Amino acid sequence: MSDHIVKAYDDDLAALKSMLSEMGGLAEEQLARSIDALVRRDTKLADLVLQNDEKIDALEIAIEEKAVLTIAKRQPMAKDLRNIMVAIRIAADIERIGDLAKNIAKRAHAIYDNIPPRLTKGLARLGDLSQAQVKLILDAFAASDADKAMEVWRHDEDIDALYNSIFRELLTYMMEDPRMIGACTHLLFAAKNIERIGDHATNIAENIYYLVHGEMLKEQRPKKDKTAITPFSAVNND
Amino acid sequence: MNDMSFKTLQTPSPPKIITERPAKITAENVDVFYGEKRAIHNLSLTIPDRAVSAFIGPSGCGKSTFLRTINRMNDTIPSCRVTGDIRVDKEDIYARDLDVVELRARIGMVFQKPNPFPKSIFENVAYGPRIHGLSKDKTDMERIVTESLQKAGLWNEVKDRLQQPGTGLSGGQQQRLCIARAIAVNPEVILMDEPCSALDPIATARIEELISEIKENFCIIIVTHSMQQAARVSDLTAFFHLGVLVEVGDTDVIFTSPQDKRTQDYITGRFG
Repeated sequence: MSDHIVKAYDDDLAALKSMLSEMGGLAEEQLARSIDALVRRDTKLADLVLQNDEKIDALEIAIEEKAVLTIAKRQPMAKDLRNIMVAIRIAADIERIGDLAKNIAKRAHAIYDNIPPRLTKGLARLGDLSQAQVKLILDAFAASDADKAMEVWRHDEDIDALYNSIFRELLTYMMEDPRMIGACTHLLFAAKNIERIGDHATNIAENIYYLVHGEMLKEQRPKKDKTAITPFSAVNND
Repeated sequence: MNDMSFKTLQTPSPPKIITERPAKITAENVDVFYGEKRAIHNLSLTIPDRAVSAFIGPSGCGKSTFLRTINRMNDTIPSCRVTGDIRVDKEDIYARDLDVVELRARIGMVFQKPNPFPKSIFENVAYGPRIHGLSKDKTDMERIVTESLQKAGLWNEVKDRLQQPGTGLSGGQQQRLCIARAIAVNPEVILMDEPCSALDPIATARIEELISEIKENFCIIIVTHSMQQAARVSDLTAFFHLGVLVEVGDTDVIFTSPQDKRTQDYITGRFG
């Protein structure tokens, strides 16, 4: 799109975009480290994640302030207005991703027991999937690519499906060996957090769609997270 | 001609306001020439009744020219030639036997610069009804003047000094006096050519409030350089560029997701 007659307006919008990309990069790093910290039970790395969350929070506030100021100064219209609204919403999603990463990292402190590698492997794979989704969606945003965003949106199913199987696996494990309930519960929460990160990536995808097309996405997202409606006995009988 | 007819290059479906409100003015294949220069190219547009339509676009885009074809103000310019079909309530306003004076009573106009007559406030408003023979007697005339000033939101400010000159009022008050003068002859359509561009923000807000109040009774068309104003007061927005009607649609849509790149560029401040 061509430039504004008022150059400072372009600078305002560019500043928002660059803050968002910095925030996105931080969140990606936080997510990678948090899963690494949990899987390897590296409490030092976990602490680093806890500390760094502040940076993401500060960026969210800075983006919100910049957005409000730009609205007040420029009275944005059409795509410019959508750009700013979407920046505020995406910043909120990235901030949540950061919080969830922090929550995952915290659990590295709580797990003492030896976790069977089979379980951490599943969690690591779930982490890889969500990291890939977050990376792709941030790229799609940087390129204002709605098609790429919709690809991410559809692939959230894969995360849901894997989360579903990890849920069952953990439950089965707890039933077999009640001594593992503590560790497995933490892993279950961590898995749930990772699954939620995938949902935030789809929120961002919907916002990119709105930014590009000027209307909200009306399609319903296919969901495969069935854990909320899985009866306890069903897991046992598999 | 179809009542709902409208034409635009980009909007895929008729604007909602046009399907909701009866059409007041329809223009089909209108061209306007100043001598050899073609100021409007093949314009077709439907304007809804009891709603505000805004014409926006950079200077020289033809929006004021088109506005002036609606009450045949362009007749006063010798080199100006209008072709095509413009109808108000299905009546061809360029028909040979049409009485232009009567047409301009039906279609009032408010200009950029407030232009009260050098007469008293009362006479400014009473002038139109008098020459059109709209009042039965003195009491009736007083009623018309009072009501018109009330509708224009000026009554409380001038009721104690109706005999003072209209030119002594502030800019914003003068503009509301001009609106009262336009309303006094019971027009069906009010054309406003940048009615707020000479006013401060408070006076502008008063005029905008006034437009919103009276739009239930009139078909209002406003030409404005302020996109925020068009977004605030209008139901329908038409964007003109280089004599072409580029895009027309519900104001909400035009200012949030315009279809044409030229509209997008103009309203976001990318070219002027």
